[in-house]
Amino acid sequence: MRLAKGGLIDRDRQLGFRFDGHGYTGMEGDTLASALLANGLRTVARSFKYHRPRGILTAGSEEPNALVTLGRGAGQEPNARATTVELHQGLDARSQNAWPSVGFDVMEVNDWLSPFLGAGFYYKTFMGPARIWERVFEPVIRRAAGLGQLSKEVADLRFDKAFAFCDLLVIGAGPTGLMAAWTAAEAGADVILADEDFLPGGRLNAERAGVGGQSGAGWAADIAARLSAMPNVRVMTRTTVTGVYDQGTFGALQRHAPGARMQETFWRIVAKRSVLAAGATERPVALANNDRPGVMMAGAVRSYLNRFAVAPGKTAVVFGASDEVMRTAADLRDAGVHLAAVVDARPVTGGQDMPLRSGAVVERVLGREVEGVVIRHADGREERVQADLLALSGGWNPTLHLTCHLNGRPVWRDDVAAFVPAPEAVPGMTATGACNGDLTTAACLAAGRAAGQAAAESLGLTGALPDLPEADGADAGAMPLWVVPGKGRKWVDFQNDVTVKDIAQAARENFRSVEHMKRYTTQGMATDQGRMGNVTALSVLADATGRSIPGTGTTTFRPPFAPIHIAALGAGGQGKGFAPERFTASHAVTLSMGAPLIEAGLWYRPSYYPRAGETTWRQSCDREVGMVRTRVGVCDVSTLGKIDVQGPDAAAFLDFVYTNTMSTLPVGKVRYGLMLREDGHVMDDGTCARIGETQFVVTTTTAAAGLVMKQMEFAAQVLRPDLDVRMISVTEQWAQTAVAGPEARALLNEVLDEPMADGAWPFMSCGAVSVGGIPARLFRISFSGEHAYEIAVPARYGESLFRQLVAKAEARGGGAYGMEALNVLRVEKGLLTHAELDGRTTAYDLNLQGMMSKKKDFVGRAAAQRDGLLDPDRPRLVGIRPVGAVKQLTAGAFLFEPDAEKTRPNAQGTVSSVAYSPTLGHFVGLALLKEGPERHGDTVRMVDHLRGIETLCEVCDPVFFDPEGGRVRG
Amino acid sequence: MRFNALRILREGLTGNKGWGPHWRDPEPKPAYDIVIIGGGGHGLATAFYLAQQHGITNVAVLEKGYIGGGNVGRNTTIVRANYFLPGNSEFYSHSLKLWERMEDDLNYNVMHSQRGIINLFHSDGQRDAAVRRGNAMINQGDDAILLGREELRKMLPYLDHDNGRFPIHGGLYHPRGGTARHDAVAWGFARGASDRGVDIIQNCEVTGIDREGGRVTGVQTTRGAIRARKVAIVTAGRSGQVAALAGLRLPIESHILQAFVTEGLKPVIDNVVTFGMGHFYISQSDKGGLVFGGDLDFYPSYAQRGNLPTVEHVMEAGMTLMPMIGRAKMLRSWGGIMDMTPDGSPIIDRAPIEGLYLDCGWCYGGFKAVPGSGFALAHLLATDRYHDSATGFRLDRFLTGRGIMDEEGKGAQHNLH
Amino acid sequence: MRLTCPHCGARDLREFTYGGAVLDRPEGDWGPEWDAFIHLRDNPAGLSREWWYHEKGCSAWLVVERDTRTHEVVAVAEVSR
Repeated sequence: MRLAKGGLIDRDRQLGFRFDGHGYTGMEGDTLASALLANGLRTVARSFKYHRPRGILTAGSEEPNALVTLGRGAGQEPNARATTVELHQGLDARSQNAWPSVGFDVMEVNDWLSPFLGAGFYYKTFMGPARIWERVFEPVIRRAAGLGQLSKEVADLRFDKAFAFCDLLVIGAGPTGLMAAWTAAEAGADVILADEDFLPGGRLNAERAGVGGQSGAGWAADIAARLSAMPNVRVMTRTTVTGVYDQGTFGALQRHAPGARMQETFWRIVAKRSVLAAGATERPVALANNDRPGVMMAGAVRSYLNRFAVAPGKTAVVFGASDEVMRTAADLRDAGVHLAAVVDARPVTGGQDMPLRSGAVVERVLGREVEGVVIRHADGREERVQADLLALSGGWNPTLHLTCHLNGRPVWRDDVAAFVPAPEAVPGMTATGACNGDLTTAACLAAGRAAGQAAAESLGLTGALPDLPEADGADAGAMPLWVVPGKGRKWVDFQNDVTVKDIAQAARENFRSVEHMKRYTTQGMATDQGRMGNVTALSVLADATGRSIPGTGTTTFRPPFAPIHIAALGAGGQGKGFAPERFTASHAVTLSMGAPLIEAGLWYRPSYYPRAGETTWRQSCDREVGMVRTRVGVCDVSTLGKIDVQGPDAAAFLDFVYTNTMSTLPVGKVRYGLMLREDGHVMDDGTCARIGETQFVVTTTTAAAGLVMKQMEFAAQVLRPDLDVRMISVTEQWAQTAVAGPEARALLNEVLDEPMADGAWPFMSCGAVSVGGIPARLFRISFSGEHAYEIAVPARYGESLFRQLVAKAEARGGGAYGMEALNVLRVEKGLLTHAELDGRTTAYDLNLQGMMSKKKDFVGRAAAQRDGLLDPDRPRLVGIRPVGAVKQLTAGAFLFEPDAEKTRPNAQGTVSSVAYSPTLGHFVGLALLKEGPERHGDTVRMVDHLRGIETLCEVCDPVFFDPEGGRVRG
Repeated sequence: MRFNALRILREGLTGNKGWGPHWRDPEPKPAYDIVIIGGGGHGLATAFYLAQQHGITNVAVLEKGYIGGGNVGRNTTIVRANYFLPGNSEFYSHSLKLWERMEDDLNYNVMHSQRGIINLFHSDGQRDAAVRRGNAMINQGDDAILLGREELRKMLPYLDHDNGRFPIHGGLYHPRGGTARHDAVAWGFARGASDRGVDIIQNCEVTGIDREGGRVTGVQTTRGAIRARKVAIVTAGRSGQVAALAGLRLPIESHILQAFVTEGLKPVIDNVVTFGMGHFYISQSDKGGLVFGGDLDFYPSYAQRGNLPTVEHVMEAGMTLMPMIGRAKMLRSWGGIMDMTPDGSPIIDRAPIEGLYLDCGWCYGGFKAVPGSGFALAHLLATDRYHDSATGFRLDRFLTGRGIMDEEGKGAQHNLH
Repeated sequence: MRLTCPHCGARDLREFTYGGAVLDRPEGDWGPEWDAFIHLRDNPAGLSREWWYHEKGCSAWLVVERDTRTHEVVAVAEVSR
């Protein structure tokens, strides 16, 4: 119910919203939770396991009960905490995990069956005949489990990521954080002040006690405004620091105001120092039926009264064991709420105008929603009082979660009956204020100022120290209060329905380690990650096992502090954003020619260039192969890695990274080269062109360009620092086009400024040329077995050159060819790609052992000498062609002896690449076959179980076309 | 005590007072036939199979913390037999068969759920590699089905089939693959071993490995010296440190692998989906959380936690593959210590010290191997012969170059992981 | 995690690639010392000397001293040329 006055809400701005289909009104400044309470709603959710009716327990992000679904359709948002959802006009919220309604949920039958559904019951049953789990039990369990529902559709996802840097990150803008930020900022530090709430101030906004002669909320607003105006301070509200990572890196999730263009931004904040001022979280008391709607944390009650001007009930009982009991009672009374009983477990006096029950406990909650409580007096007398609200305070747990993220283990402090952060748990971080066990406002203000000052000083900064405002410094005199004795189920983990009995049973079953107990009971595994219940659970386990709390264990937390949308952490990844898209210089031309694209690593390359009348890819591919074999073809090969290697020792260096010798290569010549990894297996092949005495251009395969660069830099900087050599990737600087076919030279001569003379430019030569006045590089190399060249121009001329070459090729009856044809051409010639260079093959496997120089050291030389890498029984490269009734070959098939059973022990090899050769009129394939080179002429059976294809093949030399190589030299 | 529905009924009606410890907590004896160092999934499974298969029960499992606290308690719970290379192929095949009878063997519901695994592919080359793998699975006698674009679209309609960075060309479907409730596997093996007489000793850290005349004689622990005829090191994440107690250097480097779980959601993902191009894999737990992970953080660490770049990469992969999970919220992340061998395949072998055995180097695939590894190591400990399913996991394969099992083809050397 | 590159200053982990434990490359033919170089590792739980590559930065290979238990970075230096 809304109070007539007070609160930090704007009563002039009424906001209409819906909950479970009904229309309600709230006010600017409300959360969904405060608006629901203002409208008198109590049961808003159901628990996970027993589907118990649940109300709003807290006023913060630790809320375990009041999870709702927001919105409808593709963008619906499950599991939103009503306590942190900022109310806005048109908000549409629904209860979840209940059917048919949150008021009457058939799954509540689980609550009646709870004696049979205790801790770990599922490990002891649901076993039976094969597949009964998947067919019967699991589907039922899965449907019953879970909380909210995803839409299974893609919504408009307005999420972003960003980096920020600062001297000091202050986490939490309560009294401690505000003071810390203010102090450090006055000293000149660059400060980021982050707070998860939309209103800075922390508990100052929830309490009536004044600060510095004004209201706490007023003081907080003044300081926040002052900080916002400082150029060296960034105040980030709605920003939850979610994780601590190494070397002062923090993750933080910023929720933007309702109606903003973006919904959330995930920040990576790098800070030289940090102050954790995250406050403390009030813990419930385990007593019978403490989970009923109408039970609320006392601090939350004060938040709703004082900040939101909402009375969460009409008649209240307050229960705890500290002076906060009386403070809560006074706030309730002054707000006009009837006090049925004020129960303090300590023997206390005073409060004559209060219905005080000193030294008593609330033993049990009555009603499905709170209708009353049973009070047990010190003398054993039982008293029943009627009430619709139980305000509960079991003490405060410092919100120390972030100090655990780098494996810091909290330490127990008896005087505050709580865990506090381990000192130095996070390098550069000071945990201070309530999150370090200081629970009074005055102590927090002083601790914040000291932390801000210390942080500034450690950064070499000093400035005027802000005066400490006057504030309440009275200790609440709290007495630890964990579990109230008595019968009945007492909730510890509200959402997961873990009770004191479950923990005791777990201990009896030898789940005595905290971690075992948590995993067995699911304590702390709910959406609040144990923020509400873990310390209480530890006390219960300590009791059950006869140990002290610190002797039982500690509590630890992993990132994130509060759950984060995958869309926020993965912002930018949706659609094409996951990885860069690399386009060749000729990309636009390729698209304009209607070529379908395929991905080659991060690059896009044309699959084939369809022409009028061609209806299948094979028709286009066969034509393109024919063009290259009979006329001329043009293909953009810029995706191959290109590394420029220079220096007086460049030649010696290349001798070290290649298996074969490059230092003997004359200027103006190209050599095929092979690179191994240090483990002796083949990493890559490519060409090495000497374009000057001390300059080489090395090409790599598209896939291995990065790996080769890394290995070459390693070899130069780490293994051979004696060599004077430098290198740089020029893959993107040069657009390179292959021109292949009998008419390649004639075609090139049409574009070269100085045509090639007859007899000049023999096979494997290279040098400088010019095209239209542009300096270019020409390499006479071939990956098709034809007379061929590659011409490289600075990338910005690549498109123009490609366009011209294609046009002139077409005039000659040739044209552009794509990856399909390129693949056929290379398989016909037995040339290798990463299907054969699959990371497991050796030079020996690929019949390239002759390329391993015996005269010099090179990367991988020693490891390649191992017997196991030279074993004739290894699968080694051969060609295969179909000789049986079925004429098709498939890559990924296995090879067997013709009559052998088709099982693993009999497998002889695998087919790595296949192509239909239009040149030869049949399929050709490359395979890795045990003792392959010794088996040319043998017949083997190719078996592709998955595609249902089998055929007999003849093993042959892998070079199917022009084995003498006359065409390439012609 | 046998577990069944009737027992639950009886206990429920009588206040659940009758449940006893799932495993005993005995004091260590001065000597055992076999001491297993490490109370994780593999160590506990080894103890169970020593008792069940070989009748050897004078065995202690020594655990420095609490059992199941290592990688068996922190993984993405995937169980599969979809390997390509001989050596791995038969091992994981055997392991999956042991999974299929685990609940009978243990009388413990480990919730082994054969919901099917789909490995996606995005290019012709990847399709051929997937086919090769699938054919290897069938050669081995396991199950594999090639799914084309349209079949996959019907089966997994929530994927972004066309507009993701790597459009989906199809998938390799392994119907017998699936998931299990990871913690329960450790507890179930512990209970089974303990019931058969094996001593499971928690809070007992091994601080030394005793040797005399070139053979192992026992171990020193924080709870005193324990003599043993045979000692097995089964300490994933700590293999290097424990082996160093015996003066050994292993071909292992320990890396972090992070994993993630979301808040509970109603059923939305029914299978295990693997997105190799993005190093991303996901399933949904029976409790409703989406359980997913990615690749290593790629630096050695024992900190059991990772850093943001990997977290973000995993989430970005999820967003390009199945953007409908964008509004699920990541609830918890954790990091396990992966003992990475150079070739990515494990070691089950005798150490070069008489009486000392190694079961290590499970990289990021140890969970599904739990029963297979326990079975094979138990066989080796009991008979001193390699089990047929695990003849390839030899320690000396890197020295000789024979039988290197580099399933990913990344290279059998550490700095290329 | 952040590393301070001697050339570029403090940079995020995502710019760097780990490159293995710092070890001396043997000479000569295959033997146990090569096995030790390529395969065997101390794999320390504690201070570790490692090669790192500033792959998305200046391309320098660096020697990083780091604690594998805490991720504390003790030193980053150029590989001496």
